[in-house]
Amino acid sequence: MNQTIIKYYYGDYGDKEMPSGAGQHSPVANEWPLWEVFIRSKQGLDHKHVGSLHAADARMAIENARDVYTRRQEGVSIWVVESKYIHASNPDDAESFYEPANDKVYRHPTFYDLPDELTHM
Amino acid sequence: MPTTELFLYTLQLADSTLLMGQRHSEWTGHGPVLEQDIAITNIALDYLGQSRNLYQYAASLYNNAPETEKAAMDKYIPRLWKSFQRELQEDDLAFLREEHQFLNVLLTELPRGDWAFTVLKEFFYSAFLMNLYQDLLHSTDNQLAAIGEKSVKEVSYHLRWSSEWVIRLGDGTEESNTRLNNALADIWMFTGELFVPAAYEQIVVQQGVIKDPQLYKEPWQEKVRTIFQQALLDVPTPSWMQHGGKEGRHTEHMGYLLAEMQQLQRTYPNATW
Repeated sequence: MNQTIIKYYYGDYGDKEMPSGAGQHSPVANEWPLWEVFIRSKQGLDHKHVGSLHAADARMAIENARDVYTRRQEGVSIWVVESKYIHASNPDDAESFYEPANDKVYRHPTFYDLPDELTHM
Repeated sequence: MPTTELFLYTLQLADSTLLMGQRHSEWTGHGPVLEQDIAITNIALDYLGQSRNLYQYAASLYNNAPETEKAAMDKYIPRLWKSFQRELQEDDLAFLREEHQFLNVLLTELPRGDWAFTVLKEFFYSAFLMNLYQDLLHSTDNQLAAIGEKSVKEVSYHLRWSSEWVIRLGDGTEESNTRLNNALADIWMFTGELFVPAAYEQIVVQQGVIKDPQLYKEPWQEKVRTIFQQALLDVPTPSWMQHGGKEGRHTEHMGYLLAEMQQLQRTYPNATW
């Protein structure tokens, strides 16, 4: 007697998530786009990047961010932006981008003579 | 003022919210995507919190009632508790009462079904609770008013979340629309009970503590019409509605639900962790 045992993985998708590609796995067609999430905390003045999530559209992204990233009162304001709209610098450019700043100490405001009365600098 | 009816009404709300939370929590670890897994778990926790407040209030109503009133409430008090020799607590009410002692509306005990079933059930119930809590926060009963005030913010998010899912699935693919229509066919007959007061509920209405739930039918229908229009769903025509939950008569699913939910406290009474 033949018995088929199917092991279900996260989300119980069954055929879609069968191991070894036996299912019809097509991530691009099935997955919602990725969004980057920025949260402003109560005390904070700026929105800080906290992570990313999947959502079908902006409205769902904000609600998902509310559910995933503000459960412990982390924030009072949420920004989301679809990850594909973020352009990043190339790590290969690091040498030409950042190293030239290494020997330019005069760009730091460390060459001023401060009056003695000034204590909190 | 006699408190037996208020006690029963509080139990009705406590039982309904507890079972909403219990059913939703069955999705934890099984949500369609990670983000929604967390969303439905958050909602389940909100319901659990509401039911805790209500059970605590119900327990205090019982503990502070005169002996004659206690006799009237006795039918709804878990038998096992009497051997504990201590005051009634929230956990006794949630985990030691028997099926016929539960007064939740039938809608809340239905199996979780698929995602369409869950979001539609959540939509119907939160659209009702929204109206109820908005009135409850002006109740002459201070405790119910405080619970209403805390809960209305939570439910307003649940309603928003579930409305969007109903629209998404209704106006989605052929399959999502079919699933939502199947869910609608299964759930619809359990929505009527929300607006029909039980005998004890009518007395609480007469005491001026709550409003008649029949008043919520019109705004509820309006909300359903609005969302269904966007979701490309037809509002079912008036039809026969199933009742009984508010009087302790339940569906065939209830026994299994309680067996799973109460198993720990029944096996190890008074266990804590």
